[in-house]
Formats: sequence, structure tokens, C-alpha cells
Amino acid sequence: MATSAESSSVLEVKDLRTYLYTRWGTTKAVDGVSFRVNAGETLGIVGESGSGKSMLALSLVRLTPEPAGRIIGGQVVLNGRDLLALSAKQMRDVRGKEISMILQDPQQSLNPVFTVGNQLGEAIRAHDRTLSHDQTHDRSVAALKNVQVPAPEQRLRTFPHQLSGGMKQRIVGAMAMAYQPQILIADEPTTALDVTIQAQYLRLLRELQMRTGVGIIIITHDFGVIAEACDRVAVMYAGRFVEQAPVAEIFDHPKHPYTKALLDSRPRADSRTARLQSIGGSPPSLNDLPEGCRFASRCTYVIDRCVEEYPPTLLVGDQHVAACWRSEEAPWETP
Amino acid sequence: MVVEGLSKHYPISAGQYGGKTIGHVRAVDDVSFTIDRGKTLALVGESGCGKTTTARLILRMRTPTSGRVTLDDRDVHQLSGADLKWFRTCVQAVFQDPWASLSPRMRVRDIVAEPLVVNKKLSRDEVRERVGLTLEKVGMQRWHGDLYPHEFSGGQRQRVALASALITEPRLLVLDEPVSALDVSVQAQVMNLLKDLQADLGTAFLLISHDLATVRYVSDRVAVMYMGGIVETGDVEQIFESPQHPYTRGLFDSALPVHPSQGRRELRIHGEMPSPLDPPSGCRFRTRCQHAMEICDQTPATTTVEPGHAVSCHLFTTGSTN
Repeated sequence: MATSAESSSVLEVKDLRTYLYTRWGTTKAVDGVSFRVNAGETLGIVGESGSGKSMLALSLVRLTPEPAGRIIGGQVVLNGRDLLALSAKQMRDVRGKEISMILQDPQQSLNPVFTVGNQLGEAIRAHDRTLSHDQTHDRSVAALKNVQVPAPEQRLRTFPHQLSGGMKQRIVGAMAMAYQPQILIADEPTTALDVTIQAQYLRLLRELQMRTGVGIIIITHDFGVIAEACDRVAVMYAGRFVEQAPVAEIFDHPKHPYTKALLDSRPRADSRTARLQSIGGSPPSLNDLPEGCRFASRCTYVIDRCVEEYPPTLLVGDQHVAACWRSEEAPWETP
Repeated sequence: MVVEGLSKHYPISAGQYGGKTIGHVRAVDDVSFTIDRGKTLALVGESGCGKTTTARLILRMRTPTSGRVTLDDRDVHQLSGADLKWFRTCVQAVFQDPWASLSPRMRVRDIVAEPLVVNKKLSRDEVRERVGLTLEKVGMQRWHGDLYPHEFSGGQRQRVALASALITEPRLLVLDEPVSALDVSVQAQVMNLLKDLQADLGTAFLLISHDLATVRYVSDRVAVMYMGGIVETGDVEQIFESPQHPYTRGLFDSALPVHPSQGRRELRIHGEMPSPLDPPSGCRFRTRCQHAMEICDQTPATTTVEPGHAVSCHLFTTGSTN
């Protein structure tokens, strides 16, 4: 256990690289990503589809699709231990116990032919084979109570199809939180849920965090989720983080033109927008990345240097880093 | 287009192989609204509230249990023969998922031309010309017509679907969640395109969406649906600036914030939607409503609170507005 000055940082990821080797070339899905997550903190990772954010999440728990996906470099340090150096068996022990994951669609993460009790029990017994039937039952009930599922005893006997989407997502949450992990990764946890249930679910995650101090990583494409639930934000584009900052900073003073463009392209429910600013073009192929800044071809503020050289990630404010040659002057900020 | 008292009830049968009907799911129940020429009406609600069923009824993809859909004073569900062809050139649709709605085995130009070929007699050259023009209208190139759908990104595919729907120059376009399957940066492109097309062509839109921000950006009028019924209708500004029905208000509270400073608002809707197999009597929302009163077990009348803005809630019929 780390008890030094850095003790608040539970997870530290350094220069993580995950490439997919396919017949059509090498896809650099995650290409040198570094960040940390503190206890009791929520980090949001926001990006478009194909930016590599899901592959990043899978890399953290070492579940990248085999054999194409390979983590080729970097470190994932959880509590002072590099997860990438563990054996497959050791990793199985850590996964679901110290670091857990919730996937986007609860419909697909639950098996339709087993009851909730079966599946939750299996997740609990996976880390403790000595548990008796009754003990497993009690632990399952406790796990469901933990995520505020009403009438947990009855829920254990139901099949997934008898439950609503929001309830299923809670059950998946109960599995992930059964062992009080230090890190919970939620990949698009509310995308499949209804508006009124989304907000409830994000509140539930926050409440769990208050109680257990779990560090949460939320992966999303929705700035609404970021605004609702996150403390810090990382913006991902074409396999790399282009900006990282506390949540209010990102919204008020984006230091990367991509972040700015993403924020401007959202319609708002709270005021009338005359016309949305859309981002022209599309992201570069991860198989064939340009030499310079990956956003350069779509950027309004591009200068020669952007095309020639990838900008370094520099500190541009309090806990605020960005990878842009022009983040210092930030020409996109209206005076 | 005028919709009056439209209902669709699905029978529930006992046992696996049909058998006795033991009840009905009222997917759409006594829904009325009007879509004006060249304007956009949005149907908003959670999944399962009946908004897609309403769209299907309008498109003649389902037969209503009762009620009428009329286009130019003609009952849409009574049409046959040539009138039906007329209807199909007047009303077209774009669906949510452009990966599912375009045939992977047809070239884009054939997909776009199909509604025209089916419904109108035109020579090959005329069809080719119209396809080219329509593709340009939605911001694509003529040569894109030679490609297959898999060669395009999501946003481009949605443009193809839009071109195919627009080629007959319809007067009403039904858009069922047209941008929710697309990426954020692409959503903006497609929404802007929709607005431009409406300004150019004067097509009326029926927008089905659960995303309030999209609705606010694109529509003129809004109807909020809950469990098969419309609870509130009004102009987009009326609904967003002064929502009246407790459900509408709760829905707006649940919408995720635009800025982190708005994160700590109170959520007014708790719990989940009750089962449509056994809906609450009277006002369907009363089980989740914080203002529920005794009278709410009776169906509320629709009250006009200001010109063009109507609400179905007892809070407004009894005069005791909070």
C-alpha cells in the first residue's frame, strides 16, 4: 500500500498504448495515455466513437479483444502494483475485486437464462469459493441493498427480462460493487437508459462513492453526463488525451480547440440556439495517423507547426493540461 | 395533417398460443394534434410512452383501434389505389438507425430513387436527374450515388436516408430519433441540415425524440407524451420556458445539465414508469407525481393555460395551481 505523499492517487496510468493488429494494418486505439484517479473522485473521459475510449477502458482491466488487441506499452498502477505485470490468474483476482467495470448495455451484460441471484452469486463466489449457499445469498442481498434495489430477496429470483433497464443497470452495478473495489470503470453507463432514469443512476453512483470512497472513471460521449457526475475531465481524440482539467475549467476555459468545438456543437435545452457550430470533416483513421496534431485537418485555428509536429502536453492552468500549440493564446476564447 | 382521438390498443392473450384476450395495452390512447404546413411538431417522452407507435399509425404502418388521421381532409387509413400512392409521396420517414434502415445490397442511387420509382412514372433520365439533385440538396456529391451504404459514415448514411425520403418532395417527413445514433459532432451537422431543408422546401416535420436539447433546437411545437397520452402541448418556447404539467417539469429537471454549476438540482420524478399492462386509473402520472390528489384517479380534462398551450392535469382544472 502506498502511504507516501501520493497516497490519494489510487490509480495511475502512464503512457498506456494499446494497438490492434489487423489484416488492414495497425490501429493505434490508445496511443500514449497518462492520467491518475484519486480516491473518492470521478474522472470523466469524453470522446467521439472511434476515439479509443472504450479500448482504453478495456485495457485498464486487461480485457482487450484477443488476439488482435495488444497492450504494447505503459503502466497501469493500482495501489502501487502494475496490473500489466500480473499473470492472468493474478489479474482475475484483481478484476471485480479491486477494479470493476460496468458496461453500456445492461441487456447484454446479463445472461437471459439465469436468474439475477444466480449471476450475482456467481460474481460474489468468483472471489471466495468458500462461501456457502446461505452466505452467498446474504451477500447478494446486501449487494442489491447497496445499490438501492427495492425488495432485494424477490429480485434475486427474477430473470433479467422481468426487470426494467434502470433496474438491470443497478444489478450490474451491484455486481461491480460487491467487493467494494477501489476503482469502478463505467463505460457509457446511462446511454441505454431513459432521461428520468439517467439522472437517478448518476446520483446513485455519486452516493456509492460518498459511502465507499471508490474512484470512478466514467466514459461517455455526452457532456451532460460529465457536467452532472464528474470532478475532472479528460478529452480524448484519435487515441490520445488532448486536454485534462477540473470539470468547471473544461466548460469555462477550454484550452484545446477540439474541446471548444465539441462544447459548441451541443444543442441546449435551457436556451434557444440560433445555429449550431458543427465540426467539419471527420476524425483521422487510427490506422494512418498524421505526423502532427491529429485534429489539425479539422481545426479552425491551424498553423503550419500543427501539421509538422505533435504538440507536447503542457500545464496551462491549475491541474489543467492541454496538447495544443496555441493553448497559451487560446484564440477561440471570446474576450 | 390533423390527428384526432387516435388510439392503438394491443390485445394481451392468455397462454402462449393465442387463446382468450385478457386485456389490452393501450400503447396510444386518445391522442390528438395538428401538424402545420412547413412546421415541426416534436413528440417527446420516455421509451414506451407510445411516441413511435403514434408515428407508425401516421405512416399507415399500423391500423388504429379508433380515431382518425387526416391529410388534406382525407382519412389516411381509408385510402386505396391511386390515393394511396398520393399519400406515400406526401408522407415519408427517416428512422433512427442508418445502419439498419439502408439496404446493404443496393447502391445509394437506387436507395434514393426507390420511393420515386415505386410511386411515380418517370423515365430513367428523369429519375437519374432527380436523384442527383436530391443528393446535392442533402449536401452530398452526385458520384456518391455509385457507392454502397457501408462505404459511408453514420452522418453520411443519415443524409442518404434523408435524400431517399425527400425525393418525392413530401409535405410531411416523420423523423424518428434522427440523430440519436450519431456522434455529437455529427448530430449538429444533421440538425442544421434538417433546419435548412425545412426552410428551403417547406416540408413539415414530425420529430420523435427523447432528447430535449434536440427538440428545443429543431421544433416549433412540442407535445409531451406519457404512457400513451399527451399530457401537455404548446409552442416550443412556452413548453421550455414555462412547463406546466408536473411530468413535463420533472422531465426537464432530469435532463442532464449543460454546465456543471447546474448539477445539484432536485430531481422531482422518482421511481419508474408503471407497467403499461396495468396502468393507473385516471391520470397515468399520479403514481410518480408529487402533487397527486384524490381527484387524480379520474381522467383529467385538457385545459388551455395560454393561447396554444394546453395541459391535462387536475391542478389546472380545479384552479389550485401550486
